[in-house]
Amino acid sequence: MIHAIAFYLFAFMVIASAVLVITSRNPVHSVLWLILAFFNAAGLMVLVGAEFIAMLLVIVYVGAVAVLFLFVVMMLDIDFAELRSGFVKNFPLGIAIAIVLLAELVLGAGAYKAGALKLGTPDGTATPLPGESNIESIGALLYGQYLFLFETAGIILLVAMVGAIALTYRGRKMQRPQNVTKQVRRRPEEAVVNTNPGVGQGIEL
Amino acid sequence: MTEFFAQWLPYEWAWTVATICGVLLIALPLMLAVAMIIYMDRKVWAAINLRRGPNVVGPFGLLQSFADGLKVFLQETIVPSAANKGIFILAPIVTFTVALAAWAVIPFDAGVVLADINVGLLYILAISSLSVYGIVMSGWASNSKYPFFSAMRAAAQMISYEVSIGFILICVVLWAGTFNLSDIVEAQRGHGFGIVNGYFFNLLLFPMWVVFFISCLAETQRVPFDLTEAESELVAGYQTEYSSMSFALFWLGEYANILLMCTLNAILFFGGWLPPIDWAPLYYVPGIVWLFGKILFFFFMFSWVMATVPRYRYDQLMRLGWKIFLPMSLIFVVLVSGYLMFTRYGA
Repeated sequence: MIHAIAFYLFAFMVIASAVLVITSRNPVHSVLWLILAFFNAAGLMVLVGAEFIAMLLVIVYVGAVAVLFLFVVMMLDIDFAELRSGFVKNFPLGIAIAIVLLAELVLGAGAYKAGALKLGTPDGTATPLPGESNIESIGALLYGQYLFLFETAGIILLVAMVGAIALTYRGRKMQRPQNVTKQVRRRPEEAVVNTNPGVGQGIEL
Repeated sequence: MTEFFAQWLPYEWAWTVATICGVLLIALPLMLAVAMIIYMDRKVWAAINLRRGPNVVGPFGLLQSFADGLKVFLQETIVPSAANKGIFILAPIVTFTVALAAWAVIPFDAGVVLADINVGLLYILAISSLSVYGIVMSGWASNSKYPFFSAMRAAAQMISYEVSIGFILICVVLWAGTFNLSDIVEAQRGHGFGIVNGYFFNLLLFPMWVVFFISCLAETQRVPFDLTEAESELVAGYQTEYSSMSFALFWLGEYANILLMCTLNAILFFGGWLPPIDWAPLYYVPGIVWLFGKILFFFFMFSWVMATVPRYRYDQLMRLGWKIFLPMSLIFVVLVSGYLMFTRYGA
C-alpha cells in the first residue's frame, strides 16, 4: 500500500510540476518546477527498482544541468511581455508537435498492449538477477556487450565539447595572465629594497 | 526495529513507524550535535587565538549555542519587500532538509543504518549536489546585489569541487568494489599491512584523502574557501537579508553539512566504526565510539584550518579546483583501476 501511495504521490507531483513549468510567469520559477519534476521522476525510478538510474538522474540533471539552466535564466534580463507575445504566433507549431508526440505515445502503448513490443530482457521479463546488483548488471552490459557503442558515444560527446570550445574561443591577445609558479617563487630579497636616501636626493630605481 | 513494532501493528505500518522513529533518532541527536559542535568550533578558535571563547552561559559556556538559538527564535522574521517571498522562505528550508537527508545512509555501527541501500555513496553525491540550490535560491530571491554575487560564487565553487570529489569517491569505490557504505567500511578491515584499518594507509589512496579533505573544505565553504561569506566584499553573503529562524536554518544546515563531510572522511578513509588498529581487545569498545571519535578529530581539523589559514582569492580557488585537483584525481582513477586490474581482476 505504501508503494501505491508513493507511486501516486510521485506521479502526481511529476505531472503537476511539469504543468507549472510551462504555466508559471517567472522563468526562474519554471526552472525550479522543472527541478522538482526531475526529482519526482527519480522517485518513480526508485519505485520500479532502478535505483542506479534514479541516482544518476539526480546527479546529472538536477545536480549539473539544471544548475546551469538556473544560472543562465537568472543572469538573463528577460522581458516577460515580449516572451508572451510570441505565444499566439508559435501556437500552431506547438500544437502540431504535441499531436505528433501524443500519436507516438499512443502507437507505442498500443503496440505494447497488442504484444508486438517486449520490454526488458529479450524474453520480456525484467526480473533482477539473483546476487547481482543493479550497478553490476548495467556495468557488465555497458562495458561488455555494448562496449563499442559506449565508447563511440563518449567520443561523440568529446567532439561536441571540443567543437563548442573551438567555436566560442576568441584567443587571449590583450591579456597578461599571471604565472603562478613565478609568483610563488618570488622571495622578499628580490622584491624589496631597503634604502636610506639623504634629504632632497631621491632614489634611482 | 520493524520487528519490534510488528508485534502490535501490520507489517507495513510497523515499517512506517520504525522508519519515522529511525529518522527522529538520527535527526534529533544531530541537531544536538550541531549545537555542541558550534560551541567546540568557537572554543578551538579561541584556544588558537589565545582567547577564552564562550564561557558565560552554563558551566564552561556549554549552553552558549542554546542561548543563541533561543535568542534567534525570539527574533522577528523579516522578509524584504522586494524579495521573491515564496523562494526566499523556501531557500533555508531546502538547505536544512538537504543537509539532514544525506544522513539516511550513514552507517553508525555494523548494521546500524537507516537505509542500507546499495547505491549509498551515489545517494550522498546526489543529495550533496542539491545543497547548491538552497544557496542559489536564497541569493536570487533576496533581490539584492551581495547575496546574488555570493550565490553565483557558491554555485560555481560547489560544482567545481564536486567534480573532483566524484572522482575521489570513484577511487574508493573501485578499491572497495561496492557503493554500499557499510560494505566500504568492512572492506577496510585490516587494509594497511593487515594491522591498521582504513584506506588512509594505502599509498595510492592517501593522496586522494588529502585532496578529498581540501575539497570538503571547499564544498562546505569553510575557510580558506569561504569566499561566499567574505565579509570585506560581500557583507554576509547569501545570508545577508535573512534574520531569525530562517537565518538559523542556514546555520544549522551548514554545520550539519560540515559534520557530514567529517563523517565521510571517517567512513571512506579511516575505517568508520572499526578501531584504528585491527587488534581484538579494541573491538570491545562499541563501534559508535570509534566513529564519533574520528568525526570529532576531523571536525577539530576543520576548525584548526579555519583558525590558521588566510582566505584564498577567487581565481586561485578555481585554479586549484580545475587545474590541479581535477587532473590529479583523474590520473589517480587511472592509476587505481590499473593497479586493481593487474592485482585483483587481471586474468
